[in-house]
Amino acid sequence: MKKLLACTALTMAAMTGNAYASDVSVCLITKTDTNPFFVKMREGAEAKATELGMVLKSYAGKVDGDHETQVAAIETCIADGASGILLTASDTSSIVPAVQQARDAGLVVIALDTPLSPIDAADATFATDNFLAGELIGQWAAAKLGDGAATAKIAMLDLGISQPTVGVLRDQGFLQGFGIELGDPNKWGDETDPRIVGNDVTAGNEEGGRKAMENLLATDPGINVVYTINEPAAAGAYEALKSFGRENDVLIVSVDGGCPGVENIKDGVIGATSQQYPLLMASLGVEAIHAWATEGVKPEPTPGKDFFDTGVALVTDEPVDGVTSINTTEGTNLCWG
Amino acid sequence: MSTTPSFEAASANSPETVADFSSNHNSAINRIQHALHVTPSLVPLIVLVLSVAIFGLLLGSKFFSPFALTLILQQVAIVGIVGAAQSLVILTAGIDLSVGAIMVLSSVVMGQCTFRYGLPPSMAVVLGLACGTFVGFINGWLIARVKLPPFIVTLGMWQIVLATNFLYSANETIRSQDIAKHAPLLQFFGEKIKIGTANFTFGVIFLVLLVIVLNYVLRHTAYGRHIYAVGDDPEAAELSGVNVKGVLISVYMLAGLICAFAGWALIGRIGSISPTSGQLANIESITAVVIGGISLFGGRGSILGMLFGALIVGVFTLGLRLMGADAQWTFLLIGALIIAAVAVDQWIRKVSV
Repeated sequence: MKKLLACTALTMAAMTGNAYASDVSVCLITKTDTNPFFVKMREGAEAKATELGMVLKSYAGKVDGDHETQVAAIETCIADGASGILLTASDTSSIVPAVQQARDAGLVVIALDTPLSPIDAADATFATDNFLAGELIGQWAAAKLGDGAATAKIAMLDLGISQPTVGVLRDQGFLQGFGIELGDPNKWGDETDPRIVGNDVTAGNEEGGRKAMENLLATDPGINVVYTINEPAAAGAYEALKSFGRENDVLIVSVDGGCPGVENIKDGVIGATSQQYPLLMASLGVEAIHAWATEGVKPEPTPGKDFFDTGVALVTDEPVDGVTSINTTEGTNLCWG
Repeated sequence: MSTTPSFEAASANSPETVADFSSNHNSAINRIQHALHVTPSLVPLIVLVLSVAIFGLLLGSKFFSPFALTLILQQVAIVGIVGAAQSLVILTAGIDLSVGAIMVLSSVVMGQCTFRYGLPPSMAVVLGLACGTFVGFINGWLIARVKLPPFIVTLGMWQIVLATNFLYSANETIRSQDIAKHAPLLQFFGEKIKIGTANFTFGVIFLVLLVIVLNYVLRHTAYGRHIYAVGDDPEAAELSGVNVKGVLISVYMLAGLICAFAGWALIGRIGSISPTSGQLANIESITAVVIGGISLFGGRGSILGMLFGALIVGVFTLGLRLMGADAQWTFLLIGALIIAAVAVDQWIRKVSV
């Protein structure tokens, strides 16, 4: 009995000891915990936190756009005495007061993937350059079509009618890369180039992608280039094209680089995609908070940009001159989800 | 004392007709009101025909073609099937917020059984359908036996089923190409019959058959009349010998089964199995039911109306897109339609013929 008691006491001591050793705690707040992109992000953050001996607490909204839950999560993190917060905000402007509250309480707040508006509301932003991601697939599509680019008929499958910044940046980047004159670069749908058949929204999933593609094909059956906000939307668009018998003569480009998306490039469903790196975003974010907690150093943005660029690569099996790309084998090694 | 008192004399000048409560202003409006009361699917049908005609005039052959019109059918197939389940539930004066979640979970079960456990696709489909029916049974049991309000039960079940769906599938999409290669049966409802430029997918044909069968059952069988009776006045139904609890449980089970079929049809429509799809199916199905003139108070309305309601939404969505209108206008108009539909329903309820 004594032995047992001693053992218990020892374990207790060890446990408390552990808790003290890892007094650096970090919060990860994502839009949802169901999207593979955020699942991967959490995995990356967990791995890095364990490596550095930190405690990671994860929070997520119930659905994309669930702002209240995110605010509640920030408040919990402040009360919990966390050193820093990694945040992918659902509502990039409304979250700012809550973020300010956290910063006033001495926490470092890093926006992951989605910049806040204004971007300097967070201490730092670790994100994909979404405009560049769009530009790469735009350049690729234009080069792939060659002379045909001048007479292309383009369908733009965007994210949502509220025009979230990520969707606008990818859309506008694509158009710029393709060589189409932009209207206001802060919104999509105001371009006057006749090559654009139309914009429609997909909610970033298969169902929305299929419906949007059908609507635009009904507007103009001659569409031969399709920009999609992400790969699930691209897969839905492909199903629509297949039902029209057009799957082999239409070029689909996308952004994300998830594993099913890379598989779809291998199978010729999608022509090219810009791959982003959520795991890297999260692990760099955890490192930065560790640096803040232990050395008091705040992260610096990539020179020439107002955020830290976590990189993007074009994945395709049909490389074109003038656009650097990696093939699907490399893409598969780096893919997420 | 022989003088007969002339008590009756006072009534000599009074009107001699018996009390008459029948409306003497039998105007055209009253007759319309009566017709709508008897045939509740008439309003949505008129709105549907009018909207097709108007968009046809505005857009010409681009809209008024077999191709575009059958495209609308394809686009409303899923909402229509789920709407059929929703109609049954709403006719019993209930509501089912979990329909979309049941649909997605069933499709995920079909996919996981095939690809994770290696079961034959036919077996996987049966398990998926059983899963939907089972969730429906839990709903029905809690509502009929434990006497919880349908709104609360299905609000909770919606969250439970969605969370189960995400936990179980790890939110991983099963790709269309893999399904086509290994389990084409799962994409059965995506097959289609081409007549000229018109495309009829099996999903669309299933929707039409389902609505016809349910319409027959609801109008012409004892079971169907019991559903109306339970929705209209459960106590009166109970006193007339209707097994109210049994009817309620069976309606929610049937709704679950129909949602599972919708899940199967969903695989045919989007090709892949995606745990994130169908999130708005509950709202969209209630929209179709309400625009279709089925009363949310239960016991009144026709399932044909639901089909017309779903088609009205489809016609407006595609029509406005083809006119180049911003997608927001579609939502605005559909919102107005919902309120107008309920206003018309309230007006019809006042009829006393």
